[in-house]
Amino acid sequence: MNIALVEYGAGNLPSVERALTRLGVESRRASTPEALSACDALILPGVGHFGALMRSLNERGLIEPLRKAVSSGVPLLGICLGLQAMFATSDEAPGDSGLALFPQKVSALPPTDRLPHMGWNQLRRVRPSKLLENVAGDSYFYFAHSYAALDAGEAGVAMCDHSASFVAVLERENVFATQFHPEKSGPVGARVLSNFVQFAGGKG
Amino acid sequence: MSLAHRIIPCLDTDGERVVKGVNFVNLRDAGDPAELAARYNIEGADELVVLDIAASRDHRPTFLETIRRVAAELAIPLTAGGGVATVDEGRAILRAGADKLTVNTAAIRHPELLTALAAEFGSQAVVLAIDAKRVGDHWEAFVRGGSVPTGIDAVAWARQGVDCGAGEILITSMDKDGTRSGFDCPLTAAISRSVTVPVIASGGADAPDTFLEVFREGRADAALAASIFHDRIQGLGELKKYLADHGVSVRQTG
Repeated sequence: MNIALVEYGAGNLPSVERALTRLGVESRRASTPEALSACDALILPGVGHFGALMRSLNERGLIEPLRKAVSSGVPLLGICLGLQAMFATSDEAPGDSGLALFPQKVSALPPTDRLPHMGWNQLRRVRPSKLLENVAGDSYFYFAHSYAALDAGEAGVAMCDHSASFVAVLERENVFATQFHPEKSGPVGARVLSNFVQFAGGKG
Repeated sequence: MSLAHRIIPCLDTDGERVVKGVNFVNLRDAGDPAELAARYNIEGADELVVLDIAASRDHRPTFLETIRRVAAELAIPLTAGGGVATVDEGRAILRAGADKLTVNTAAIRHPELLTALAAEFGSQAVVLAIDAKRVGDHWEAFVRGGSVPTGIDAVAWARQGVDCGAGEILITSMDKDGTRSGFDCPLTAAISRSVTVPVIASGGADAPDTFLEVFREGRADAALAASIFHDRIQGLGELKKYLADHGVSVRQTG
């Protein structure tokens, strides 16, 4: 089982690495197209700015290899900004294109509630989810963001409500993503990571 | 379903060891930060704050090592700060394993620091810490660990700080800090009403009813405390059960 964290400067990469280590899962970092195409599963961590993330992936020549890995069936888990990067565009950086694995866009949350959406919130499950298997329905997960995908069609399997209803968990075939940070969400977050690793063929 | 009110233990350190004092003076040793972090991670803390209250330049590498040791114990978010004056210092703290950083003195002197930090790391990573003390009919912001008055109105400063890019306010009442006489609800509510970002209340924590008060009357999104947790005067699980029983949304574990 060869699981790689896409390395492009994301601040939360070490936390994701530590969370995997706690599960007994070894991972490595992939920062080149070659390293990226030689693995069984990929995790795209992310925190910060949509435009900065896409530019950073682009500078490293990672955008096409990532899209290619996904279309060849390699399981991919996006976290927080890593979820947002899977969409076509984002209000946060109108000039920059995302990975466009999903045709919808990422929007700025309306200022109805306090923003950033910061802290622990619950999910509203709308479809069966592999990532949320054996996770209690009332569990809390840690969020820290001001932008979100309000719609991902059939791929949105769990939503969260803060300022607006937005996609909290995304699943379509081999593509998975969470708007929350599983690596910062205590035991339930560890369960989500472990479910991904198991889907990818490891022993999470 | 709604956002949980957060309970945040705070580790004030001299860079290396946890210390505590009353009203920012008479500091004494209160333990190893990584050991306390491991305990709070298990006991259900929603987040942890680690501050370098000495914040001397030559001590910085020690504090970065402390952040690394603390982060290694956590599966919850970590906020760290103390003396951050530049984007590079902020980056070093985040790289060491913190998810958010606090800025205080340097931001008052140069509010554009908040803008630069938010542009670099995102507003969600920038916490503006304000130490405030009642002066006449308002609250004044103090800097340098609460030792230097600024003449600046704390509520107006909070609002300006958010405009500049802060994604969260950590408001410490110097009048209440270390007194165990309850949070400063009027101060917290005044800040909370004037900003759109989450507000963390600090200073004066005691029995569970003081937390209930600061969430209800103080309109706080999170409450921070140190010694009542370090000294095991208050258990996190018991505190959260009390709050849940009184209708406050909290994340209960185990």
